Amino acid sequence: MSVQVKERRRVIVRFAGDSGDGMQLAGSRFMDATAEHGNDFATLPSFPAEIRAPAGTLAGVSAFQIHFAAQDILTPGDEPDVLVAMNPAALRSELGALARRGTVIVNEDAFTKRNLQKAGYDANPLEDGSLDGLHVIRIPMTSLTARATEAMEQVSTRDAGRAKNLFALGVVSWLYDRPTEPTERWIRAKFVDKPGPLEANLAAFRAGWNFGETSELVDVQYRVDPATDVPAGTYRNVNGTTATALGLIAASVRSGLPLVLASYPITPASELLHVLARHRDMGVRTIQAEDEIAAAGMALGAAFGGALGVTATSGPGLDLKTETIGLAVALELPLVVIDVQRAGPSTGMPTKTEQSDLLAAIHGRHGESPLPVIAASTPGQCFEAAYEAARIAVAYRTPVILLSDLFLANSSEPWRIPEAGALPPIDPAFAQPGEPFSPYARDEKGARPWAIPGTPGLAHRIGGLEKEDVTGDISYDGANHARMTRIRAAKVAGLAADVPPLAVDADPGAELLVLGWGSSRGAIRAAARRVRANGHAVAVAHLHHLQPLPSDLGEVLHRYDRVLVPEMNSGQLANLLRAKYLVDVESYSAIEGRPLYAAELERELEARL
Amino acid sequence: MTTLTKQDFSSDQETRWCPGCGDYAVLAAVQGLMPDLGIPPHRVVFVSGIGCAGRFAYYMDTYGMHGIHGRAPALATGLAAARDDLSIWIITGDGDALSIGGNHLIHALRRNVPVKILMFNNQIYGLTKGQASPTSEVGMVTKSTPFGAHDEPFNPLALVLGAGATFAARTIDRDRVHMTAVLRAAAEHRGAAFVEIYQNCPVFNDGAFAPLTDKEQAVFNRIPLEHGEPVRFGRDGEHGVVRTPDGRLVVAAGDDPSLVVHDAHRDDPAQAFALARLADSPSDPTPIGIFRAVDRPVGIAEAGAKQAVDLDHLLHAGDTWTVA
Repeated sequence: MSVQVKERRRVIVRFAGDSGDGMQLAGSRFMDATAEHGNDFATLPSFPAEIRAPAGTLAGVSAFQIHFAAQDILTPGDEPDVLVAMNPAALRSELGALARRGTVIVNEDAFTKRNLQKAGYDANPLEDGSLDGLHVIRIPMTSLTARATEAMEQVSTRDAGRAKNLFALGVVSWLYDRPTEPTERWIRAKFVDKPGPLEANLAAFRAGWNFGETSELVDVQYRVDPATDVPAGTYRNVNGTTATALGLIAASVRSGLPLVLASYPITPASELLHVLARHRDMGVRTIQAEDEIAAAGMALGAAFGGALGVTATSGPGLDLKTETIGLAVALELPLVVIDVQRAGPSTGMPTKTEQSDLLAAIHGRHGESPLPVIAASTPGQCFEAAYEAARIAVAYRTPVILLSDLFLANSSEPWRIPEAGALPPIDPAFAQPGEPFSPYARDEKGARPWAIPGTPGLAHRIGGLEKEDVTGDISYDGANHARMTRIRAAKVAGLAADVPPLAVDADPGAELLVLGWGSSRGAIRAAARRVRANGHAVAVAHLHHLQPLPSDLGEVLHRYDRVLVPEMNSGQLANLLRAKYLVDVESYSAIEGRPLYAAELERELEARL
Repeated sequence: MTTLTKQDFSSDQETRWCPGCGDYAVLAAVQGLMPDLGIPPHRVVFVSGIGCAGRFAYYMDTYGMHGIHGRAPALATGLAAARDDLSIWIITGDGDALSIGGNHLIHALRRNVPVKILMFNNQIYGLTKGQASPTSEVGMVTKSTPFGAHDEPFNPLALVLGAGATFAARTIDRDRVHMTAVLRAAAEHRGAAFVEIYQNCPVFNDGAFAPLTDKEQAVFNRIPLEHGEPVRFGRDGEHGVVRTPDGRLVVAAGDDPSLVVHDAHRDDPAQAFALARLADSPSDPTPIGIFRAVDRPVGIAEAGAKQAVDLDHLLHAGDTWTVA
């Protein structure tokens, strides 16, 4: 049989199955092979909030989406071209996202009466015509995997049963002509001490690949050439969590400040604790605190002692840390607070993304307590954002809130590795013995001295009570309070001078500005690329500093007839901009616990162009 | 090296507690003890919470942080994690430590963080002007309990022993000598040291500890704990403490041949706990002194390794590829 080979510029694949089916693993292996092949890519895992939802149910579906291309790509993609469904629940739960005339690869062994019932199907969708119009490839993966391993002595029935995800991976790897070597290498390393699973997984993977090659069910192979429009450099694959961790470590190394991370387990921020806990070799100290409040307190206490104090959390934890952040505002000590946003209010949807903590970050404290707020925009950019948060915290002696979100934390993309020596310097500039010292004297940026315990002659007391200007003594004087309130505000506002002007990517004659912040960057740029391809002129800009805003933002906003702000909230930034700049900003909201899609933004842009 | 004096540890801030407040006595004892410890003021840090006791940090000429309500142990734990070269003291009160900050207290003790926790217990909220605290006795009439407090109070020593405190002691503001000896032992303890200080609030709860401080009554109510000695009290040791067959400790005659011998260094905290439960109120005969002082690995202070890996190497870890 001759197989037809077709070229594709970009492809989106979603692996979906039960939580226990190993879909995250299959997706990650496919991602590594894709990186090795040289495509640009972005990924997005999604999993249920329940750790062990009942097997076979809709609640238990776990999925991993990867978008890969022969060009620079910007998002994990909207609609998959190919859906791998390991059971009826996965099919039912994910089918709606599939592109029209897309391909569905199902494990037909899993389409039993009982599984169909659990998924809520009255009739088998493989038989009742409901998938007409889609390209459906039915493969008995469970039984083919069992057959591929039946002669192997060391492989138990259980090993074989668990290896069907590698069969699926083999099929999809063949379909898109991925190199097999990275996956085989990984299997050998992973199961080096477990001959049963090792043999079973290798056999399943090869059986899947061979099935693709020889079976007439799959009659087309696709080629996605390596991307060529990617900037030169050395790359690795990172998700937002890893990039954040590396950014913090880099800031620690470059500043010479030991990194102390105190956190309390919370989805999706716990991963950062896990990653950093493994880096004792970099001098990183992690503490799993007794609660969110303690975590913030520990980070601040460490900062008092001359460390880079960091605490990471998600929405509900940010609420709890608020009082301590207020203390840090009064103490004027460096503190980095990372909020990996998820859908709220309250427990909300803990495994779904949102960017709804912007106003909480900027305003969410009692009293007048301004602080800098930074937002990361892509998984790789989390490195830069974390480094910048630390730099500002140290330079200005202030708590900084870094807003990330669940999508960024879990999503992966190739990241161009920076040179350590090229990162901007971070100078703790501790107060030195013998120099004139007042705890609340200020430098030209408005920052006070950081005099750490152990420094002879600089013993002093700080606290949450209002300080007298310069001396830091307790003061209840109204005029002094007014002065200190202004000083604290001016210090944060003055940071705008340290923020680069807003980079605007504008076509000549563009009348519409699309302004984003946070994780919507990829979707906004992808949408802009599409409307430009349709011949429209548009301007695009993205905010990384949310407080203070870049000093030229007002001027940029007034330059355009229309300004559209897409956000995964009900218009928080849009309202801020309307209030501050008196510009009739239009808001586009998506609050469905998912990233913004390029396609919906394309629609919104087209409607305004 | 010049000899340190009390003056070296006294800041220039005017002390502003009420006249007659027990806090003055504690401050004087701490400032008096510090020079003897041989630690220069710049290596000493006082971290305090909110409440009258919280102001303590401002009056020491050391490094100090006046934190937020109940959170001093968290702040101090972070400081201890960053620095193992400091002598860190926490000043807290019964409301601060046992109510709003209860969680941080028990976890600092569980972790055996190298900090000295001085809890001023006056059985009342003073700074907020007289509400019942978690150590106020049942029936106590306060502004917030006009018909008498109805909740059982904490027994602070029983609580901290339950939390695994490696050093637990009780002393009294009016007894400078005893207080200094207990504070010195706390300072020399390697891990977390908890010291409950019975502290008189002359405004909102005056005389709460009179049975232990009044000359006439004290001799019959104070049970001094001395490591290795039989537990005995009274004018001539006419009372003592024995163990009942069911394991409780009770007061008996001082010449009872089976008097309990105090062993503060015993790993098993059961006897220390039973001593703590001997008196649930300072109007009963009450043990004073070091209940427990045992050695256990210090929690948080193990220093993180120095940066052993080159940053460029770390950034390039794992699979990388190069685009020309």
